[in-house]
Amino acid sequence: MPSYRELLEQTKTEIDEIDAGAARALEGAVWIDVREADEWQEGHLPGAVHIPRGFLESRVEAVAPDKSTPVVLYCASAARSAFAAKSLEDLGYGNVYSLAGGFTDWKRNGLEITMPRTLSPERRTRYSRHILIPEIGEEGQLKLLDARVLLIGAGGLGSPASLYLAAAGVGTLGIVDADIVDETNLQRQIAHSLDTLGMPKVDSAKGAIERLNPDVNVVTYRERLTSENIDRILDDGWDIIVDGADNFPTRYLVNDASVWRGIPVVHGSIYRFEGQVTVFKPQDGPCYRCLFPEPPPPELAPSCSEGGVLGVLPGIVGSLQTNEAIKLAAEIGEPLVGRLLLFDALATEFNEVKIERRADCPVCGDHPTITEYIDYVEFCAAGRGNS
Amino acid sequence: MLRAEAGGAREVEVTGANVREVLEDLATRMPALGSRVYGDGELQSFVNVYVDGEDVRTRNGLETPVRDSSTVILLPAMAGGC
Repeated sequence: MPSYRELLEQTKTEIDEIDAGAARALEGAVWIDVREADEWQEGHLPGAVHIPRGFLESRVEAVAPDKSTPVVLYCASAARSAFAAKSLEDLGYGNVYSLAGGFTDWKRNGLEITMPRTLSPERRTRYSRHILIPEIGEEGQLKLLDARVLLIGAGGLGSPASLYLAAAGVGTLGIVDADIVDETNLQRQIAHSLDTLGMPKVDSAKGAIERLNPDVNVVTYRERLTSENIDRILDDGWDIIVDGADNFPTRYLVNDASVWRGIPVVHGSIYRFEGQVTVFKPQDGPCYRCLFPEPPPPELAPSCSEGGVLGVLPGIVGSLQTNEAIKLAAEIGEPLVGRLLLFDALATEFNEVKIERRADCPVCGDHPTITEYIDYVEFCAAGRGNS
Repeated sequence: MLRAEAGGAREVEVTGANVREVLEDLATRMPALGSRVYGDGELQSFVNVYVDGEDVRTRNGLETPVRDSSTVILLPAMAGGC
């Protein structure tokens, strides 16, 4: 039987070694780092994919489905990558190379390396069920941790949205609401509880979020969103707005600001047994004024406090909004852009209608007629907070 | 949102070959609902009308054709998040 050294020498004669210069000249090559996780974390080649040697055969087809694709394998010093190259040739890969000198020589020669951002062991455990999903993985989880999501309203829709966004590890959550928690809220607003009756909703929600996930930085705005404060709040820098406001004036303020600033809005609204959800993504789709150019008169705009709402409905609609916000933050899937999802809880039926960007939209159209905030003050309906 | 005006129904059957005829038939059967959506020969503001998922304002408005099996959705704006 050969010794390890003899086996390595023998294997190297059966595979192609390539130097850094020639490897970099390969067009469309897939670079695979076959080292262990702790070695990867100390730096790797730019653009490389990490597949530890032990998983190479089982995972390579996911990154190189076409077996004629050039594949460059590297390890620390071209021993493991030599055996790996042999194995890929046995799998039918026709253009496999082992990088001569491996990562050690690459780094010694002063070539560019990338320091990976990785999750701490605690975070890897907390978010393991996300990380296991290929579409999210560690990279997607890092995007969620980097994301800044502003919730308008900490009421029916804001409650499930804030809790699920926090559980998902969205790193920064802003919450705008002027209300305090009262008994009538507890039938549906699950971020609040008996313990927080009488507290500002933003503080109550912040407490619930922090008990759930200390990774989340919560920024509270105990104020009603108006034309006076909206710019100050948005200047704090938000990637996504989740709109769970309880009144038309706030909806239009949020819309107009988001169009002018290019911030996507995940819109949700509820009444009795009915819910509506969509994503307004400036430039890519319609805005709220493309759907409803102006607010209706107050007598045609009953609020939940006048008309009532099924307690679980905001749970469903707020969760659908959260789903959209997470997809936007992780940059996966098909967001509900240009589609309005209608939910009827009595029939348990979903419908979807198309919303098109209107060329004559007063805000996002070709010739906008609205260029500054409008306070629809005359119509304060019943909303006091934002939720 | 319009369930009260429809006497509690979530779906009503009406006839008509286009949106105008459908809404006129609706206004005859259910005047309260009809007037929320349609009046003086025009669609009311603040209510959107969709035929088979498409906003009639992006098609032919009241002249948008409606087939026998078409679903017409009447959708008022609603702002609640509470």
